[in-house]
Formats: sequence, structure tokens, C-alpha cells
Amino acid sequence: MSSDRTLVTVSAGLSVPSSTRLLADRLTEATVEALETAGHTVTVKAIELRGHAHAIVDAMLTGFPTGDLSAALDTLYAADGAIAVTPLFTTTYSGLFKSFVDILDKDALRGLPVLLGATGGTARHSLALDYSLRPLFTYLHADVLPMAVFAATDDWAGAGDQVNPLPARITRAGADLAARIAAREPATPADPFGSTPSFADLLARGGHSA
Amino acid sequence: MQFGIFSVSDVTTDPVTGHTPDDTERVRSMLTIARHADEAGLDVFATGEHHNPPFVASSPTTMLGYLAGVTRNITLSTATTLITTNDPVRLAEEYAMLQVVSGGRMDLMMGRGNTGPVYPWFGKDIRQGIPLAIENYALLRRLWTEDVVDWQGKFRTPLQGFTSTPRPLDGVPPFVWHGSIRSPEIAEQAAYYGDGFLHNNIFWPLSHTKQMVTYYRQRFEHYGHGRADQAIVGLGGQVFVRKNSQDAVAEFRPYFDDAPVYGHGPSMEDFTRETPLTVGSPQQVIDRYGAFVDEVGYYQRQMFLIDHAGLPLKTVLEQIDILADEIVPELRRIVEAKRPADDVPLNPPTHAERVATALRAGSLGAAHVGGTEDRWTGLRAEEGDPRNLEPTAGRPFGL
Repeated sequence: MSSDRTLVTVSAGLSVPSSTRLLADRLTEATVEALETAGHTVTVKAIELRGHAHAIVDAMLTGFPTGDLSAALDTLYAADGAIAVTPLFTTTYSGLFKSFVDILDKDALRGLPVLLGATGGTARHSLALDYSLRPLFTYLHADVLPMAVFAATDDWAGAGDQVNPLPARITRAGADLAARIAAREPATPADPFGSTPSFADLLARGGHSA
Repeated sequence: MQFGIFSVSDVTTDPVTGHTPDDTERVRSMLTIARHADEAGLDVFATGEHHNPPFVASSPTTMLGYLAGVTRNITLSTATTLITTNDPVRLAEEYAMLQVVSGGRMDLMMGRGNTGPVYPWFGKDIRQGIPLAIENYALLRRLWTEDVVDWQGKFRTPLQGFTSTPRPLDGVPPFVWHGSIRSPEIAEQAAYYGDGFLHNNIFWPLSHTKQMVTYYRQRFEHYGHGRADQAIVGLGGQVFVRKNSQDAVAEFRPYFDDAPVYGHGPSMEDFTRETPLTVGSPQQVIDRYGAFVDEVGYYQRQMFLIDHAGLPLKTVLEQIDILADEIVPELRRIVEAKRPADDVPLNPPTHAERVATALRAGSLGAAHVGGTEDRWTGLRAEEGDPRNLEPTAGRPFGL
């Protein structure tokens, strides 16, 4: 079966260039490659939070996203799968990353396959993926992949993990996400009022009849 | 199209002078603003309902009742009345009283409230916000349209043979709007009853407003109240105007930058680009607001927020004059020329029109519940058919 799928990456690195963005890009390549091998065509859209930083805080203060951020959110909401990568600061995801998650529509990621990634100084931080990022996306009812990829500084030098080096982890995680995306029907544009109950339903929920 | 102003009643320090009005001063300024809007010829004044500082408008019917006595033409309304935390029995009584006192020169807008803590203050559960809005409003309508009500629901004690008094003026309840920003369930509710729908879009991009209004229009048609383009729609707005746009920008900027509702967030330039806030010359307001109808269809009421963020009373009164003299007449001409058909309502229905409609439909309720009427069926026993009553609409009380 061949169909168009959209893969959206969210990366929360603060510097340019950013190792977080680099990890996001590598995960994206692996996912696209696996999807294309399976006969799919893929559109990739990257959301780099650094460029939306001010708009994200504005949205927290005003309650609505503006300009490019609004378009970025629409892109994410219409995705077939997502890759979310953050640097780890002080034991957990970066504040910018969390702020972005906080302005998401609470139901928008429901069922969406999401591959998590994180970067940090040493491998000792790697469990942060599982004790902080994973619960966040579980709360949003995303379909969080069991495998997540952590890249420490040493990993980029090839010295970090002799048993399961970073490229191998990236390839495997990308393949897992690709399989999850391929197994789903392509995303259709969301109807914002599609789930609005009729007035009879609203009355019935309160135990009344129309 | 009607043009009016609405107040959220915020007590905010004037960032230019450092003056903070006390509650008494703020309430009195709202009364002055409403009277001035009436004298200037605006169509509507509406007050919010809040139960927490920094807001002072906790008792809309007290304020509007006074205003009914001291104004002549302006329609008095709310923005919004809390249908979730107010007892619908109390609402039925208070707003029927206001309807009588004002000679029908009022309507009201329902909303669920803007702050979570207000629910427990009145013994309610915020998680039941939508069901409360549905049940309470259904009861409110029955209390206005049926003389004697037996009722049982989830959220208040049952009623046995209860009659809410005074009965609505001329037997026709006030016109009701439902205000919602994000909840399609409320648009659905407005459509179901054929009531008005007001989208207070002052913090929202037009694309979102258009989605909500379109949904309400489709459902209005679905429920058989008329075509989608005949549905009764209102929009919020906010403006700050001076003859020269540079003066408006310079004068309003400190108020924008410090305002609790939007200060310290997006720049005024970003905010004015993304939302209906327009800071500039009268012509800029006319151009901007004259184009909304192209997006959401012809609508019947445009409300402006102008008395917030610590703006001094004198400035607010000047804004009313500019609105009334330089903006509304031209804007009205432009917008009304875009009305798609003659059978699309020009304005929201007046009390007199609603009485006439009820007469035609033979659905007029009793305007009085005398001592001799049959309490068990609610039929009037005294002489005279209620359908022969002269509408008292527009007859100012006590003037």
C-alpha cells in the first residue's frame, strides 16, 4: 500500500547548531528511510521551538497561538507521526519544551505515534526519557513508542555505547516509528466540531429528555 | 446592526497617572459610561458578571435596574450572566423583573464564567460546567414560559407547582444570547433554541470566530429556525480611537503594555494584527470592522470593550463620542449594505417584535398570574385574553 504520510519533528534545542536538532534529524532520516522502503511517500515538517520561543510564551499568556506558531500547531495536529526531542536540563525536559506541550490542545495528540528523544551531557541522564518525557505524552494519550533514544555527548563521538551504538539505536527507533505509522490509516484533516454532541445528547447526559 | 459597548468592570491602576479607583468609584464610572452611551445614541450597554476582584460587577440586575430608570433608549444587557452558578429560579425572577422595570428594553447573555473558583463559591462543580449550563437554562425557559412548573433535575432541589414572578412582560420572555468562545456545545445550545449566539472574539483570531459562528449557523438551520444566514449573531470587539492613528497608538500603548489581560505578552502590533483589537483612527476601525461581515456573514450586534485597563473615565467618554459620532453611522451604512437578503434580520429582535411574533404564533404566555387563576393548569381565569394585551414594548418606565 502506498500513501502519503506526514512526519512532524519537534526539537527544543536552544543553540544553533544544536545537537538536539541533529538527533531529531537523524531520527527523521531513519524513519523516512524505513517508510520509503515499505513503499510509502513521506512529507517531513520540522518545528524548531527556538524560533517560536516568544510566541509560545505569548500563547501561555493570552490563550491563543499567533502567526507561525499557529501554523506549526496545525501541522502537528495533522501529522501521521511525530518525533519529539528535547535537551535535558536539571534532570528533565527543557522549559521551552514543556511550555510548548502546555499550549497543545489536550486531545490533539490522542493516538498519535510519537518517538521520543533527548540529549544530555552524560549517559547518566538517560532515564529522564522514561521518568519525565514518557509520562507527559502518556498523559496526552499519545501512542508513545516503547523505544526512545538518548544521545549523550560521548555518543556523538562514537565512544558512548559499545554494545548498542547511537546509529544502531537511531535506525531501530526509526524503523519502529515507521512501522507504527504505516499500520495506521493516513491522517485526515480534523473537524473541530466533529465530536460535538447534539442537543439531545447534551440533555440526555444530564438525565433529561428533549 | 446594533452597536454597543460592554464592560468587564475591571479595577485596574491607570499606568499613566498611577490612580487606582476604589470599587465605589469604578461602579459609578460604569453608570456614567452607560448613561453617556445612551445619550450618545449607542444601541446597547452590557455589563459583565464577576464575583472576584479586580472586578466589581457582581450584581448585574441591580445595576441595570437603575440604568433602566435613568436611560431612555439604550438596550440593557449582560456580558455574561452566569448560567452555571446562578440558580435558574433566581435568574428567572430577577430578569423578568428587569424586563418589566425596563419596559422590555433589555436582553441577556448567558455564559459559563471565566474563572474556575467561582463554581465552589456558589456550591457548584466546575467539571459539570456544560451540564449545568444545559439543565439550568432549560429550567429558566420553562419558568418564563410556563406559569406553573413541576420540575426535577440533577443540580437543584425539585420544584412543585412553582410560579416564578413577575411573569415576563406581555407574556414574552427576554431575548437570550449565548456567549461562548471555545465550546461548540454552547453554540449547539443557542442553535437548538433559536436564540442568539455571541462570540466574544476579542482575544481570538478571526479564523476561529468564523468556525464557531459557521457551526452555530448550520445548527440553527438544522433545528428549523430559519436559514443559516438568518441566525442571530453578535461579535465582540475592542478599539481605541483618536483622530490621528499615531496619537491613538501612543496614548493606548502604556495601557496595553500593563493591562492584566494582555500586558507583557505579544506586542500591541502583534495583538492588533491577530485579534479584533484596533488602535487607530476612526477610518481604521470602520475599515477593519466593516470587513468582519465578509468572513462571518451579516450579523446583528457588534459590541466594543472600551472601558478597561485603567483608562480614565474622561477618555472612555471621549471614546463613546467618537464611536457614536464618527464610526457607528458609517460602519452601519457599510455593513448593512452587505446584508444578503431582506429576510435576514437587520437587528436582534426587539421586545415589540417578539410580542408580535408570539401573537401570530398564538404562543403568548400569561403576563400576569392573578389570584383567581387555576394554579394547576396555569390557565388564566380572569377576564380578557392575554393575546389582546397591548405590547408595552419600548415604553420607558417612569419617564
